[in-house]
Amino acid sequence: MMIKDAEVDLLLTDLMDLYGYDFTDYSKASLKRRINRLLLLDKFPSFAELRFRVKTDEDYLKRFVEEITVNVTEMFRDPSFYRYVREKVLKVLATYPLIRIWHAGCSTGEEVYSMAILLQEANLLHKSLLYATDLNPDVLEKARKGIFPLVNMKQYSENYILSGGTHEFSDYYTAKYDHAIFNKELSGKMIFATHNLVSDRSFNEFQLILCRNVLIYFDKDLQDRVLTLFDQSLDALGFLALGSKETLRFSTISNHYIQQDKEKIWRKKSS
Amino acid sequence: MEKEIFMNKYELLIIGGSAGGLEVLLEVLPQLRTDLDYAVVLVMHRRGGDSLLTGLLSDKTKLAVKEAEEKEAIRPGVIYIAPADYHLLIENDKTFSLDYSEKIHYSRPAIDASFETAAEAYGPLLAGVLLSGANADGAEGLLQIKQAGGLTIVQDPDEASVSYMPQQAIEKNAADKILTTRQIIGLLNELNHSIKPGNR
Ligand SMILES: C[S@@+](CC[C@H](N)C(=O)[O-])C[C@H]1O[C@@H](n2cnc3c(N)ncnc32)[C@H](O)[C@@H]1O
Repeated sequence: MMIKDAEVDLLLTDLMDLYGYDFTDYSKASLKRRINRLLLLDKFPSFAELRFRVKTDEDYLKRFVEEITVNVTEMFRDPSFYRYVREKVLKVLATYPLIRIWHAGCSTGEEVYSMAILLQEANLLHKSLLYATDLNPDVLEKARKGIFPLVNMKQYSENYILSGGTHEFSDYYTAKYDHAIFNKELSGKMIFATHNLVSDRSFNEFQLILCRNVLIYFDKDLQDRVLTLFDQSLDALGFLALGSKETLRFSTISNHYIQQDKEKIWRKKSS
Repeated sequence: MEKEIFMNKYELLIIGGSAGGLEVLLEVLPQLRTDLDYAVVLVMHRRGGDSLLTGLLSDKTKLAVKEAEEKEAIRPGVIYIAPADYHLLIENDKTFSLDYSEKIHYSRPAIDASFETAAEAYGPLLAGVLLSGANADGAEGLLQIKQAGGLTIVQDPDEASVSYMPQQAIEKNAADKILTTRQIIGLLNELNHSIKPGNR
């Protein structure tokens, strides 16, 4: 069974009307695949039954939202990106008395812990605040705990070394059964909060905003709106970091920004 | 019953391959018409080595070869390559979206993800080719192309250096045609709109 476009639209309208979740400006191909996947996973005999469940069962709604958004993430994904942050961006941030960083769409937090490790190694963590937001409260709960599957540590450790890390990666966590429990001092400066990029506003000013692999799920107009939100939330000379296939080019804010080398990092001009 | 094929209607050709598939492409590309008037999307399994594939393949043809970009509009006569480590999805408005969701059949990009979304977007205007590989990816997607009215071609498992992937598609009954590399080249050139049925 494959869901039809009109059915996707029906569900999106329900989510909007009943719960205020607005997915209408998301890229449709991904949403549709996620909904089909959920129909199979949760063994719904028909679209109508899925729709009924979403409309009547709040607990299921949570699962639905969690599953139709993509939460896949990694520590030190794209090591050259982290290397650039380590070698160039943190040098600039070090000059501020208080460093404010926003991870928008942080998912389960692997990216935030990676950043905390960089900050700690640069001796900046003590004067940093890492705001980590996502629309999905469940992933934030996982991020808050800082417990990640142990099987991934080999890959993360390799990424870490490629990013220029010189410490023993395993010093940052304690292995317990099949989990890696990250040190509490890393999460001490993290602030987790739900924030919906579609409907919520700017809530602070930052020197660095990371929003990686989130915009790919939005259509062009929504991408532009969200980039404007970031522009409003970024200090002059602050940095904006996107995913490896995302770009500021073609957006209305691009004139105020200069791309840094070949990385997906842009610096805001002074005025 | 042999499916009736109206050669000059296809707007998109999508090719998927895994182990042994690249060698086929290296043979096919130089022999494709250079006035190709449909778009081509290549979804190849590979490890890392992001931009290498684009360079390697663009050396083999005068046609424009580029990595598919996020929200880019699909244009005829261009060969697009699915970037490493993302799924490449095709939207109904004939643009690309990238997706960083779970691997499918241990693969990202997954052939199934691109085939399935292309089938939705292009329906009977899509032709799909599945090449050599040691993976079950692509068979389900090819079946969906067929079910949406598109044309499906599978590399002859006898010729493929790894027969598993084509074989999977054949077992699913997803193949309209089972062809050798030579025959695939011939057919792809005939799909060009510039060739009028009478001139064949
Ligand atoms: C693929 S993950 C990216 C994780 C991480 N930034 C990375 O690059 O590895 C995408 C995340 O964006 C979140 N997201 C999707 N729509 C959102 C929205 N409207 N507001 C905030 N977060 C959103 C999802 O919940 C998911 O956790």
